[in-house]
Amino acid sequence: MSPLLQTVLALATVGVIVAVLGYPLATWLHRVFTDERHWRVERAIYRIVGVDPNTEQRWSVYAISVVAFGVVSVVALWLLILVQGWLPWSFGRSQTWHGALNTAISFTTNTNWQSYAGEAGAGHTVQMLGLTVQNFVSAATGLAVAIALVRGLARAGADRVGNFWVDLTRGSVRVLLPIATVAALLLILGGVIQNLNAPSVVQTLTGGPQTIPGGPVASQEAIKMLGTNGGGFFNANSAHPFENPNAWTNLLEIVLVLLIPFALTRTYGLMVGDRRQGRLVAAVMAVLFAGAALLTTWSETAASTLATGSMEGKEERFGIAWSALFGTATTATSTGAVNSMHESYSPLGGGMLMLNMMLGEVSPGGVGTGLYGMLVLAIITVFIAGLMVGRTPELLGKTVGRKEITYAALASIIMPTLVLTGTAISLLLPSARAAMLADGPHGLSEMLYAFSSAGNNNGSAFAGLSADQPWLNLSLGAVMFLARFGIIVLTLALAGALASQLRRPVTAGTMPTHTPIFGVLLVGIVLLLAGLTFFPSLALGPLAEALS
Amino acid sequence: MSLLRPTIAAAKLLLVLTVILGIGYPAVVLAIGRLAPGRADGSLISVQGKVVGSALLGQAVTDPRLFQGRPSASDASGATSGGSNLGPGDVRLAAAVSEREATLRAANPNATGPIPADALTASSSGLDPHISPAYAAWQLPRIAAATALPMADLETMVGEHTAYPALGFIGNATVNVTELNAALAARLDR
Repeated sequence: MSPLLQTVLALATVGVIVAVLGYPLATWLHRVFTDERHWRVERAIYRIVGVDPNTEQRWSVYAISVVAFGVVSVVALWLLILVQGWLPWSFGRSQTWHGALNTAISFTTNTNWQSYAGEAGAGHTVQMLGLTVQNFVSAATGLAVAIALVRGLARAGADRVGNFWVDLTRGSVRVLLPIATVAALLLILGGVIQNLNAPSVVQTLTGGPQTIPGGPVASQEAIKMLGTNGGGFFNANSAHPFENPNAWTNLLEIVLVLLIPFALTRTYGLMVGDRRQGRLVAAVMAVLFAGAALLTTWSETAASTLATGSMEGKEERFGIAWSALFGTATTATSTGAVNSMHESYSPLGGGMLMLNMMLGEVSPGGVGTGLYGMLVLAIITVFIAGLMVGRTPELLGKTVGRKEITYAALASIIMPTLVLTGTAISLLLPSARAAMLADGPHGLSEMLYAFSSAGNNNGSAFAGLSADQPWLNLSLGAVMFLARFGIIVLTLALAGALASQLRRPVTAGTMPTHTPIFGVLLVGIVLLLAGLTFFPSLALGPLAEALS
Repeated sequence: MSLLRPTIAAAKLLLVLTVILGIGYPAVVLAIGRLAPGRADGSLISVQGKVVGSALLGQAVTDPRLFQGRPSASDASGATSGGSNLGPGDVRLAAAVSEREATLRAANPNATGPIPADALTASSSGLDPHISPAYAAWQLPRIAAATALPMADLETMVGEHTAYPALGFIGNATVNVTELNAALAARLDR
C-alpha cells in the first residue's frame, strides 16, 4: 500500500475516533465549566488553598492568578531539578542550572522543549513530582484561559470571566486525570513500561551489554500526549519502544493529542449557544490538519531525494505514513512529541512540520491554546472582512472595536517577533552556531525550527541542535515564557473587553461567522499571516534545501 | 492590588495538586501495572532462565548466525536513545549509508537483490527491534550458510515472527529481530 493511501485511511480512522470520543467529551467539558456545584474533593482543595470558589474574577485578577501560578511553578520545578541528587530514584542524573531553568520554564509553559536527554537529566522523582504534574496543570491552564475567552463571548455586560483556581482544579481533576488514567492503562496493555526500577544491564543474545531502562513511563506518557505537552521520558521520545511500542499505542497517542483540542470547538459552540460556530472552527482546523498530513507524507515519498527513501530516523513499525501523521499531529497541536526524527525528514517534509508550528498552533493547536489562538484569528478575520465591505466588524454580536483589535493584533504578533528575533540573534552568535549539527540551509532550518518550537510552546526539535548551552537554554527559555504568558494576558484582556460589551442584535448587515465563506476567509487569514511573516526565512531554509 | 495573595494561593494549589497528580496518579498507574507485570516491567525475554533483553528493544548483533537489526546511532546500548539527526542532504549520511552497504555486501556474499532501505538507515530510537520482511529475507542465505539449518525451517521461523498491519494499514509489516534471534539461538543451542 502506498504511504499516501495509508495516510488517507489513517486520517479517516483518527477522524472517526476523535469525533466519536470528542462529542461526549465536549458535552462533559461544557458541564464541568458551567457547573454551579463543587465536588467534595474540590471543596477540600479550595479550603486548603484559601480561595472562595464562588467568587468570580475580573480578567485582570484572572490573568494575575495565571501568571502567579506560572511563576511559582517555574521556581518550584527549577529547585526540584537542582536538588534531585538528594532525592530517591535520581540515579545520579542532573542538569546544569541553566538547563534546569530551561526545563522548568519549558514544562510550565506546556512547551516541553528538552535540552536534556531523559536518560541523563531526570530521575523518576523529578519525572513524577515535577514533570508529570506540570504536564497536567500547564494543560489545565490552557484549558482555563480558553474557557475564560469563550465566557467573554458568551456573556454580555459582565465584568467577570470566571475563577482561575476553580477552572484549573476542575480541568485537572474532572477532565485530565480520569482520561489520563484510562489512557495509561491502555498504554501498559500495549507494552509501555510502568515501574520504579533503576536501569539494569543485561547480557544480550550475542553477549554484549544492554541497558534496560525503568521508570513510571505509562503515567507520564498518557498525560504527555493528552495534555499536548510532548516531553519524552526518554531522549528518543515516542520513538522509544518503551514509550510507544506498536501501531496501536501510536494510534492511541495520536488520538490523545487531538482529542481535547477538537472537542473544545464543540464546547465553544455549546457555551455561546450556537453549535454552528463550533463546527466551523472544527472544520477549519481539520482542513488545515489533513492538508498538512497529506503534504508531509507526499514530501516523504514522492519528493524524497534519497535512494534509501525516507527511513533514516524512522521506526520500522510506524513506516512513513504513521510517522508523518504523528509528526503532523504533534507539531499542529503544540505537543512536540516525536516518533521519528524530524531533522532527517525531506526538506519539504521538515518544512511542513515547521509550518504547522508557525501557523501559531491553531490546527487544531494545544489544549485550550488552539481554541483561543483560533478565536483571536477569527477576530482578526472579521475585522479585515469588515474593512473590506465597510461594516462594523463583529463576532457573535460583540463589536471588534479599537480595544479588541489591538489586543488580538498584539497577541498574534508576539510569536513571530520572538521567533524571528531569537533565530536572527542566535545565528549571529558564534557560540550558538557551534551548537548546530548541519550547515547551509539545513543549519538555518535547525535554528529556525528551535525558535519556532519555543515561540509556539510546541517543544518539537530538529534534534541535531545541541541546545544544552547557556545562550540557547536562556534565550529559548525567555522566548517560551514571553510567548506563553504574553499571549495569555492579551487573550484574557480580550475576554474582559468582550464580556463587558452588550450583545448587538443580528441584522441584515451582520456577517455570519458560521458559513463556508467565513471558513475559507479564516483559512486564508491563517495561511496569509504565517506566510507573510515566515516566507522569507522558509525560503532560505527548507525551500532552498529542497531546490538545491 | 496585592501580588502576595495570588502567589500564596498558587503555591498552595501547586502543592496540593502535586500530591494528587505527582504521587497519587503515578501510584495508581503503578498499581495497575502490577496487573500486567510482564509488560509493565519491559516485556523481558529469557533464554535458559537468564534475561537476555526485551522483546521491544533491538540489540547489537555480532554473531553472523543471527539476524541483523537496523543500524543504530547509539549502537543499541539502551543507556541512551535517539537517531543520527542527519538531514537528507548531509554528506555524513551519504557516507554512513555507503559504508553500511559495503559492510553488508561483504558479510552477505550470497544475498540477492538490492539491500532494503531499512538495512541502510538508522532508526529513530536507536533501539528499533524490527526490520522489514524484505530485509529478513535478504539475510536468509547468510544465515542458512552460517547455521547449516534448512532454508525452509528458517523461512518458517521468520514467518512466525512476522506481524502484518491490522486492516492492512494500521502500522507496517515487521519482523521482530530480537524475538526471532532468541528463537534461533535456542534452536542452535539444542
